[in-house]
Amino acid sequence: MDLEFSPEEVAFRKEVRAFIDANYPAQVKGKGLREDLSKEDMRAWHKVLGKKGWSAPGWPVEYGGTGWTATQRYIWLEENARAETIPPLPFGVSMVGPVIYTFGTPEQKQRFLPGILSGEVWWCQGYSEPGAGSDLASLKTRAVREGDHYIVNGQKTWTTLGQYADWGFFLVRTDPNAKQQEGISFLLIDMKSPGVTVRPIKLLDGGYEVNDVFLENVKVPVDQRIHEENKGWTCAKFLLAHERAGIAGVARSKRNIEKLKAIAKQEIGDDGKPLLEDDEFQRKLAELEIGLSALEMTELRVLARESAGKGPGPESSLLKIRGTEIQQRLTELTLEAVGNYAQPYLRDMPGGNEYRVGPDYAHAAAPIYFNWRKASIYGGSNEIQRNIIAKMVLGL
Amino acid sequence: MNFDYTDEQNALRDSLSKWAAQQYDFEKRKAALKSEDGWKKNWATFAELGLLAASLPEAYGGLGGGATEVAVITEEFGKALVVEPFVPTVVLGAGALNYAGSAAQKDEHLNAIASGERVIAFAQAEPKSRWALNDVATTAKKSSAGYVLNGQKAVVLGGPQADHLLVSARTAGGQREAQGISLFLVPKSAKGITTRDYPTMDDTRAAEVYFENVSLGADALVGQVDQALPVIARVVDEANAAYCNEAVGAMRLMTSLTQDYAKQRKQFGRAIAEFQVIQHRLVDMFMATEECVSLALLATIKLAAGDEERARAVSSAKALVGRQGRFVGQAAVQTHGGMGVTDEMRVGHYFKRVTMIDATFGNVDYHLRRFAALNAEAA
Repeated sequence: MDLEFSPEEVAFRKEVRAFIDANYPAQVKGKGLREDLSKEDMRAWHKVLGKKGWSAPGWPVEYGGTGWTATQRYIWLEENARAETIPPLPFGVSMVGPVIYTFGTPEQKQRFLPGILSGEVWWCQGYSEPGAGSDLASLKTRAVREGDHYIVNGQKTWTTLGQYADWGFFLVRTDPNAKQQEGISFLLIDMKSPGVTVRPIKLLDGGYEVNDVFLENVKVPVDQRIHEENKGWTCAKFLLAHERAGIAGVARSKRNIEKLKAIAKQEIGDDGKPLLEDDEFQRKLAELEIGLSALEMTELRVLARESAGKGPGPESSLLKIRGTEIQQRLTELTLEAVGNYAQPYLRDMPGGNEYRVGPDYAHAAAPIYFNWRKASIYGGSNEIQRNIIAKMVLGL
Repeated sequence: MNFDYTDEQNALRDSLSKWAAQQYDFEKRKAALKSEDGWKKNWATFAELGLLAASLPEAYGGLGGGATEVAVITEEFGKALVVEPFVPTVVLGAGALNYAGSAAQKDEHLNAIASGERVIAFAQAEPKSRWALNDVATTAKKSSAGYVLNGQKAVVLGGPQADHLLVSARTAGGQREAQGISLFLVPKSAKGITTRDYPTMDDTRAAEVYFENVSLGADALVGQVDQALPVIARVVDEANAAYCNEAVGAMRLMTSLTQDYAKQRKQFGRAIAEFQVIQHRLVDMFMATEECVSLALLATIKLAAGDEERARAVSSAKALVGRQGRFVGQAAVQTHGGMGVTDEMRVGHYFKRVTMIDATFGNVDYHLRRFAALNAEAA
């Protein structure tokens, strides 16, 4: 047992770093994960990676994966965090892609996987409904079979970045008489289909990130159903476990701790010294770093199991809970660090974030803090994750 | 011992909550926020209801009340998410004038504040001062006519609406020296003052204020030259007590809105309020709110005590309200699920307000440290 990188891995890191330096698009350089990214900003890096064949490192090689080891993937994520790249959105590469290559027909794989890899096709998720959040299986959106297509009616919500989406993957009820989980199917829907309406929802931070999606007599060909009819819950569970595994965000949190330290170096604490030298603040940073270190090792242990052939199991709920708690704590400490300048809200000002008030690093601290409350709610709320651990891991 | 409000104080609360329910509901508030002058009509109403005069001395157009009246008003403001610059004008501005101003200054400005014709913002914090009241780099140099003001003030709450600025400036000593700070009351229209106005995260308004060779008459000085820090500390304590009461109003609403939501929201075939994990969270929110009610009350009562007692009580309240306000806000949003992070639900706006109150005049750490320092001094 050791944590040393082999000479090959060190060389791999060098290669990756050089590639990122040379190819990260100028259009998004230095933008980090700021709030006001355009649609093309968000997928600029994805498109570059698609051309290189690196957009989906976790996929099996036959479908377009890179064949990297778990360690190489870890290095890849670390280098991306270091360069503050804007990673490919999860909806295609991390969510629907694995469902399609696992449960789809050869025709479906051929039809949908290339657009996911290249970043040309923007995917969104139609899972939650106004009445079905934590209790996802109670969803009511109805799909009625009529010959070679379904007619879909219902409402989905919290569809992240659905306002830009070309395609969506939806959970719909195909058998209202079956037990809840047994009457659900997994459909791919062209968002340009007649009857699909997307309405953005304004959030606490002032931004528009999630949407309501209304489906009114939407015609969906049967060949856009993944897996068998009424077997959609199998796809949903598979996808949720995958989503949770990627959700820990260790590399990004590491990077954000460095950024927080840089801020604390410039801010003056209550005693007139730099905030970074303040005992109380140092203690909080230390606690955060220790928590993150534990999370990182836990994730590596889960990854090791996974590369030994065991897929992500219910343990990944632990990664989701701790990962999001640490992300939220980071936003909290960043908010504390900027002091008075947490208060200005510059998004709607002429010139937006360029409207100079206080230090540049302070502008987004409060919006990100408020926005990030979503992390303990989405992807299965942290309460639900605890239920999963209680039931599936502890057998309670 | 008596925790009862007087009939007059109860009447004040009733008339204010009635007005807020009718004229300041969430939708009307939103509409007023969209217009540049939306606050003016509300301000005139505040004057009519006697809110601006409530705590001011009778000799200068006030109604002779004090901290308790301010607490009643700000708690109701917290419930209604009122964004008008009440604390900057009535607590900080009028407070400093009342404690340190000359009879002529009081006569001119307190009467005008009481009748709603004067709005004051306190230009105190600076870009690098954080919350240290003694950290003042803005200078007021003696001139033949009076003083010349130079410097920058940060996040001046109510700055956009104000017609006058109460400015802390250094007349002597080094940047962090307690001695050598003075207060000036300056018309915002004075030559050499420029501002950058902006909204804050919680829908109030603030400004960065720049002073470039602003010439002041000697009569702009409020109180004794070089000796303003104790006055500043006192009015900032009063403002913090008011903000604690405002936060308590917001916390009460967050706890009750979250209880209502949990009773009505169904998942897994029953109201989520039936799940024990939710029940315990609602209980913790309730307890946190009650603790804050207690310390906000204590702070309000102790405003009349000596400097040290006052400071201890106010810092206790502000530290606890900061910590528990964060807890209650986060728990309220979490219990509302996705709805909690939307702009359309009121609960998130209360959360934003209590968060920004923590970032005003000292956060949790600042006030814990101040409390500990007072302990060390006493030992």
